[in-house]
Amino acid sequence: MEDERSFSDICGGRLALQRRYYSPSCREFCLSCPRLSLRSLTAVTCTVWLAAYGLFTLCENSMILSAAIFITLLGLLGYLHFVKIDQETLLIIDSLGIQMTSSYASGKESTTFIEMGKVKDIVINEAIYMKVIYYLCILLKDPVEPHRISQVVPVFQFQGTCARCAGFYIEMGFLHAGQAGLELLASCDSPASASPSAGITGMRGSTLLPLLCTHGREQHT
Amino acid sequence: MVLKAFFPTCCVSVDSGLLVGRWVPEHSSAVVLAVLHFPFIPIQVKQLLAQVRQASQVGVAVLGTWCHCRQEPEESLGRFLEGLGAVFPHEPWLQLCRERGGTFWRCEVTHRQAPAAPSAPGEDQVMLIFYDQRQVLLSQLHPPTVLPDCQAGATPASTGGLAVVFDTVARSEVLFRSDRFDEGPVRLSHWQSEGVEASILVELARRASGPVCLLLASLLSLVSAVGACRVFRLWPLSFLGSKLSTCEQLRHRLEHLTLIFSTRKAENSAQLMRKANTVASVLLDVALGLTLLSWLHGRSRIGHLADALVPVADHVAEELQHLLQWLMGAPAGLKMNRALDQVLGRFFLYHIHLWISYIHLMSPFVEHILWHVGLSACLGLTVALSLLSDIIALLTFHIYCFYVYGARLYCLKIHGLSSLWRLFRGKKWNVLRQRVDSCSYDLDQLFIGTLLFTILLFLLPTTALYYLVFTLLRLLVVAVQGLIHLLVDLINSLPLYSLGLRLCRPYRLAAGVKFRVLQHEAGRPLRLLMQINPLPYSRVMHTYRLPSCGCHPKDSWGALCRKLFFGELIYPWRQRGDKQD
Repeated sequence: MEDERSFSDICGGRLALQRRYYSPSCREFCLSCPRLSLRSLTAVTCTVWLAAYGLFTLCENSMILSAAIFITLLGLLGYLHFVKIDQETLLIIDSLGIQMTSSYASGKESTTFIEMGKVKDIVINEAIYMKVIYYLCILLKDPVEPHRISQVVPVFQFQGTCARCAGFYIEMGFLHAGQAGLELLASCDSPASASPSAGITGMRGSTLLPLLCTHGREQHT
Repeated sequence: MVLKAFFPTCCVSVDSGLLVGRWVPEHSSAVVLAVLHFPFIPIQVKQLLAQVRQASQVGVAVLGTWCHCRQEPEESLGRFLEGLGAVFPHEPWLQLCRERGGTFWRCEVTHRQAPAAPSAPGEDQVMLIFYDQRQVLLSQLHPPTVLPDCQAGATPASTGGLAVVFDTVARSEVLFRSDRFDEGPVRLSHWQSEGVEASILVELARRASGPVCLLLASLLSLVSAVGACRVFRLWPLSFLGSKLSTCEQLRHRLEHLTLIFSTRKAENSAQLMRKANTVASVLLDVALGLTLLSWLHGRSRIGHLADALVPVADHVAEELQHLLQWLMGAPAGLKMNRALDQVLGRFFLYHIHLWISYIHLMSPFVEHILWHVGLSACLGLTVALSLLSDIIALLTFHIYCFYVYGARLYCLKIHGLSSLWRLFRGKKWNVLRQRVDSCSYDLDQLFIGTLLFTILLFLLPTTALYYLVFTLLRLLVVAVQGLIHLLVDLINSLPLYSLGLRLCRPYRLAAGVKFRVLQHEAGRPLRLLMQINPLPYSRVMHTYRLPSCGCHPKDSWGALCRKLFFGELIYPWRQRGDKQD
């Protein structure tokens, strides 16, 4: 089962979130970013070539023009292969682990899989970036000392996906701002204030994962 | 917990039979290693499994049944399959079923005993995870999880579930040794059942490597015994040996060769990779060296080089003479102290004159020397580069001497000035307490001190200028030598075999796994494909980098600047075991 919603990120760009429900123990969230726009590409290319032509009229050396073409091509390839992310996917498989995939515009995919045994907790953290934004992150256990946290891994790292409102996380199923919502929030033992707008501070997420699955079941059965 | 069944992709289209594998209760996962086909005699199956368990220390057992038939299993087949559950008792009992040629799978789990706690709804869900057996067998997880050598079935629950799967498949190699051409009592299907993988060249190399290694190891021990004899401990040779980078590089390569040809087998995969990387590094070195050799000796390039060498040395000496004439005049408009200037300038000019005379004495022999030095390139490009670095050091020896003279003079001056400056202010350096204390001086001490201070202060610009000029020249030479050393280090420590493995067989070096959800239908079990996630190149370099010579600059930039300011001598390439100057 699939459905799609759109949001806006901190820079104002459009983001589309797709949710796929495979089975009670497996769900996938797919966040897609707007593609490379022709307008920005043309603008950058024109700037580089105008600069190169200016240098050429100064130096009368045609190597500059070929160098400019070369640089533009290499720069575009490098941008598509290393920088521009098209889609980020989060696949959650019950009792196996969490997989995060980033697919770049050139087709490259980089995947990280975190086993369930290493996950200590999933929390929504807040950060200050000109205004308060929220991001979801996974806390990993320290292999030597199980009570300590060894790493904080943000989910959806690359897209400036810190959505402006917590509505993003509502759609992901972590908060249910409807009728049953306040009950769910009250049932977690969190000391944080339970308001569905921008007042959530570090909600403890130890129940976030089954919350995800039960919410799914309610909606789709 | 959801029950995970790891099923090999090679067994997806085989005939019906029994599932043979290992059950890991802590992670609730069943790792299927092979499929055992009908007809079989249960006693023989049990004997085979007991043998495999003993040989591999893995708790292999019959996990359930596999049914691959055209339509729904008939009543009799269903009862037969259930009856097998009584012959091979296993808890839980898996029943996998697939329609021939279809994509629909069915999976049932039967628990014989009632579970202790009432199971939540959906407790008995099954997830099918397909894995490529050959890739999982050959791959190696990074960072390596050390699973202790344990009895059949006992695994610490703290290790990840996937590490257990990899370990199980890797240790069950005994099960995969028979293929379908063997006339054994049972017929198994696994990744090697179409024919065991082997290579004639590898087998021949394995047989030949024993005596060859023995021979070469004895030769190398002879060479190291000669190198360790007492003659080389005596003063001139030991001094030369520690200063010349060629000797250091030769020692390094000798160590490498001893490692390669040692008769001890590599204990774990890290040591094996290290050996392989060393072999690749030595081969690359020798190949590059031979290319250089053929380039040098072709078209009498050595003659051209020898002809060009003496004029270049002459040219360098002439430029130095011009520089000294410039310093003896009014360099950059500064006014020098004429007497000191003349003394220092003439002293250095005499040195250059001596040096040029030596070079001219050597000029008939230069071509022969270069020819023999060029031959050393067959020992490897690194040896040739180290020789080049040593030759540059020898040719610029006069610059090194000038730098030392200038630095010593400047250092003496700075120390004198600082101590007399303290006298000016009525203070003294207390050596016992390592601090500055006040002190009352006599009048004549103060008088002489002030005089000396003034003299030293006015002579400072001349000395400082000479020091500056020759330090810059020395730093230039050191930079060139440093670049050559960097290149030598790169060839020494590049893990070529690991990089090649990552390029051509990426599944061998695994950073982890990744999953892909296969076509899913409601009501059917979830099917996932597990693939190996290869290690990124940066981590390959970092993990398998060979240890280099150890000749790295020890000083940070701040310490270097401080030493330059105070006139202390800098030795950027401090070798191991050098005493402080």
